[in-house]
Amino acid sequence: MQRLKARFGDAIREATLDRKQAIVLVDAARLREISRYCRDDEKFDMLTDLTAVDWPKREKRFDIILNLYSFPKNERLRLKAHARENETVASVCEIWPAANWLERECYDMFGIVFEGHPDLKRILLPDEWEGHPLRKDYDILTQDTAWVRENLGIESGQ
Amino acid sequence: MSEGQRNGGSNVSTTVLGADEIILNMGPQHPSTHGVLRVKLKLDGERVVDSECVIGYLHRGVEKIAEHRSYQQFAPYVDRMDYVAAVSNGLGYCEAVEKLLGTEAPPRAKVVRTILTELQRIASHLVWLGTHALDIGALTPVFYCFREREEILKIFEKYCGARLTTHAFRIGGLQYETYDGFEEDVKRFCEDFDKKIDEYEALLTENRIWVGRTQGVGILTAQDAIALGVTGPVLRASGVKWDIRKAMPYAAYEQYDFEIPTRPNGDTYDRYMVRMQEMRQSRRICLQAIENIPSGPIMARIGKVLKPPPGEVYHAIEAPKGELGYYIVSDSTTQPYRVRVRPPSFINLQAFDKMARGALVADVVAIIGTLDIVLGEVDR
Repeated sequence: MQRLKARFGDAIREATLDRKQAIVLVDAARLREISRYCRDDEKFDMLTDLTAVDWPKREKRFDIILNLYSFPKNERLRLKAHARENETVASVCEIWPAANWLERECYDMFGIVFEGHPDLKRILLPDEWEGHPLRKDYDILTQDTAWVRENLGIESGQ
Repeated sequence: MSEGQRNGGSNVSTTVLGADEIILNMGPQHPSTHGVLRVKLKLDGERVVDSECVIGYLHRGVEKIAEHRSYQQFAPYVDRMDYVAAVSNGLGYCEAVEKLLGTEAPPRAKVVRTILTELQRIASHLVWLGTHALDIGALTPVFYCFREREEILKIFEKYCGARLTTHAFRIGGLQYETYDGFEEDVKRFCEDFDKKIDEYEALLTENRIWVGRTQGVGILTAQDAIALGVTGPVLRASGVKWDIRKAMPYAAYEQYDFEIPTRPNGDTYDRYMVRMQEMRQSRRICLQAIENIPSGPIMARIGKVLKPPPGEVYHAIEAPKGELGYYIVSDSTTQPYRVRVRPPSFINLQAFDKMARGALVADVVAIIGTLDIVLGEVDR
């Protein structure tokens, strides 16, 4: 973590340890650069997980989380970046191909657009679905969407 | 359409059949896709040129549900994700929440959890073996495998009342004490099991047809596997000796002596061999654990209403399918703010395209089987 700070000083917002796990909050604009550094120099060769958390009350409502793992060092690292609602985030697909479906899932569930992704489309929900379910403003009891009405023939009031 | 447009190099006339590339849909309803998986294959004759997996047919919004349930209420939901290995899912979730709370299960609970999880690993690999062999055409192993799996499910039923979606563990430890005769049942199962694995190996390992159908099929190099985030037996069969039980031990794994089987080639045969060896190693762990279950309480003192301090945690375990991780964010209320499940099957399925390029259609079935995916986990 000290090395990350030294190299990217201004882009690192904060580096913390929560429950003995290292978390580094970075500037979204330099995410790709920092990821490449993590993979090449710090040897974090596996992207374990890429996900997002929605904090609607914050101005930059999405937290993009990358969980990294280094085989040679047997260490985990979490990179976090904040993003606004309609802001595009750099895709890390070319750095870790594992990010392909993971970013599609983030797009599907949160509506975060990843710039540079080869094929960003919905993965778990039907392509014509409207809305992004994991956002906090998407009601859990939403049943009567346009897709459901057209494809399953279920009317509202169920 | 077929005036010799393609076929650079082939001199077979295609005017009659118009053999351009076709897109074949292995639809969501298919006996060999292990659930509702749709694979779009672009074929040049019998060879796969490109493929695309369409998933989401079993998406149930588990992560959204988690935000509206308390921590204990969410625990039964996790079993339903990887429904073949429910106990492992429960272990990962309970340990992640325990980490969030800053507690640990007591030693007795840890050892019993380890035993049940290893039995579940054997059960999951038995389902894998039976169905994989069945897809490839070997009709006998599935009956043998399910006979052994029956013994394990009987143990689970005696322990917690359920065979499949067990909800065996609770946050903080266990709810049920082991029943009278638990040690004898597990010991009897483990002692018989070695001969049974030998039976399965006798059926398949040196069988010409099996070897012919699986060797050289679906090769995944170690470098590709790591880049694609593949974990579990698939990674170990590509030569990377890595197992979370050894690298970052959890439950009671540090106390036991076991090996991590790896194989060099990364083809379907190697993945088969790795999982067979893993079953033997799991049996070894169970035998060691059964000898010496510490006495003591089975539940940590954490109170009925769980309000973890705000923050987040990522905890991963070695599920039978790969690295199953839980990323839980707490905002100090009784309900988690976000539960993210890192599903090993979802990420392993990404490697499908890489493995299937250039394979025959018959190999596609073998490759889907060898990845050991469970759609409940892929889609959540």
